[in-house]
Amino acid sequence: MPVLAEERATQVLQKFFVFWDRVGILLAFIVVFIMFGALTPVFFHPINILNVIRQVSIIGVIAVGMTFVILLGGIDLSVGSIVAFTGIIAAGFQVKWGGSLFLSIVVPLLIGGGIGFLNGFISTKGKLHPFIVTLGMMSIFRGATLLVAQGKPISGMSPAFRFIGAGMIGPIPFPVILFLGCVIAAGIVLKRTVFGRYIYAIGGNEEAALLSGIMVERYKISAFTLLGFLSGMSGLILTSRLNSGELVAGQGYELDVIASVVIGGTSLMGGEGGVYGTLIGALLIGVVSNGLNLLGVQPYWQMIVKGIIVIFAVLLDRLKRRFRTT
Amino acid sequence: MEAKVFASSQPILSLRGISKYFGGVHALEDVDFDVYPQEIVALVGDNGAGKSTLVKIIAGVHRPTKGHIFFQGQPVEIHSPHDAQALGIEIVYQELALIETRDVPANFFLGREPVKGRLGIFVDRRKMVEDTVRTLRELGIELPYLRSPVRYLSGGQRQALAIGRVMPWGGKIIIMDEPTAALGVKESRRVLDLILRLKEKGCSVIVISHNMRHVFNVADRIVVLRGGRKVGDKKKSETTPDEIVKLIVGADML
Repeated sequence: MPVLAEERATQVLQKFFVFWDRVGILLAFIVVFIMFGALTPVFFHPINILNVIRQVSIIGVIAVGMTFVILLGGIDLSVGSIVAFTGIIAAGFQVKWGGSLFLSIVVPLLIGGGIGFLNGFISTKGKLHPFIVTLGMMSIFRGATLLVAQGKPISGMSPAFRFIGAGMIGPIPFPVILFLGCVIAAGIVLKRTVFGRYIYAIGGNEEAALLSGIMVERYKISAFTLLGFLSGMSGLILTSRLNSGELVAGQGYELDVIASVVIGGTSLMGGEGGVYGTLIGALLIGVVSNGLNLLGVQPYWQMIVKGIIVIFAVLLDRLKRRFRTT
Repeated sequence: MEAKVFASSQPILSLRGISKYFGGVHALEDVDFDVYPQEIVALVGDNGAGKSTLVKIIAGVHRPTKGHIFFQGQPVEIHSPHDAQALGIEIVYQELALIETRDVPANFFLGREPVKGRLGIFVDRRKMVEDTVRTLRELGIELPYLRSPVRYLSGGQRQALAIGRVMPWGGKIIIMDEPTAALGVKESRRVLDLILRLKEKGCSVIVISHNMRHVFNVADRIVVLRGGRKVGDKKKSETTPDEIVKLIVGADML
């Protein structure tokens, strides 16, 4: 009975996806975590663990913002360039333009938010796909970074500024606190506030959201602005940690960030997912990078592995939709 | 009872001499249209007769080129769907207006979520669920899974949800465009019952439909449009499906 067998297979798959939605990512993370621990003894060392989560924070802060944008059915490729540009501006204020701590924190954050606003504004008002708008922005702000820096990295931050990326509060690195703070705040916003619920509604069915009187454009622009702001925050953390505004900072971050969100179960079609999944997704990406490093695998291979993971995650999402009970 | 309501009260909504031109196209020409309290009016006519244009004028989507609108005897201008809602005119967008990925209460309150707390940004989820359950019960709508995404509901259940959710907003006039078009026999019956229940609750309903059986099932009065003009306005008790069909196709014009 091939028909019955097919039905049975569908049922099994449906059950699997329900299960996967709940605990799948967490389980995958635990398996990878234990696997690397078994392969390299150094992996479980507290210093290494701290190192991993600190690195994850830099990507993770952006991934929190990206979760909002992807939930809306959007995408942003310019985040890496925003990291570089805001980082170089922060370094500029630290080293070249008077050394004000206040300005070197506030101006980059505002610029990050401003670029995000432009991404949202141009894509909604111009009715352009955010993919193409942010692709352009990615190039524009990489160029702007080189222009501001005049082709040379800007190094030598003040100790106070260095705290952002390298400081500790008790045993916990400051960026980790920033990251977890963002995750918790975003979780509350998405679940409990009108803003969060509209993000889901718009991603689920934009037309219906419009007919219900939801100001779709305004929420889209807000989400992009938030993402730009958080990318700016990531730029501050990175510049502070490296003690330098680097020209190639943030290069390729868009992949890690989007991978974190998608692995975390947020659908690229929008409307479904959440920020706690993104937390696990970011940790998974971080652990894979770190583990492969410790194993002495060439960085080139890491890029290949990450690319495969992203495609796999999107495929899984597609399959999930196909085998959904209707 | 019907006759009494019909005779004794003022129309809740009156359109007088409404014309709507889209460029050179005369979509509506000098149409008078009334809706009385607790009345179900069926709006029928061939494709392009002007039914949708007429309800869109009432719902604030289009503005008439000529003519006047009176609401409870007062002249009003309806510039936007928001104005219409403020008067108590609600249009039921069909299934397309539900968010498949969200659950029933989320869809029920879409765009009008109750908030709690001083900041006014936190959604009062408990109130949403309670109000949804209560309204659905009042309307006799049974939905099996309140908390799972709407995509798991059947076509009829979704339609019932789309109609039911206009209820709590103090809607006095509810407009439906082909509410039974995509439904099976049983599901259509449920939606028709729902329309009757809305009337019991004190609402007036304007229904566009092509289905004569459905029209004669629920309507108190039937208004026929042809070529943008009103060619018939009959109480159900004083007409027959045959006569209405003739009016729609214009077989009386000789």
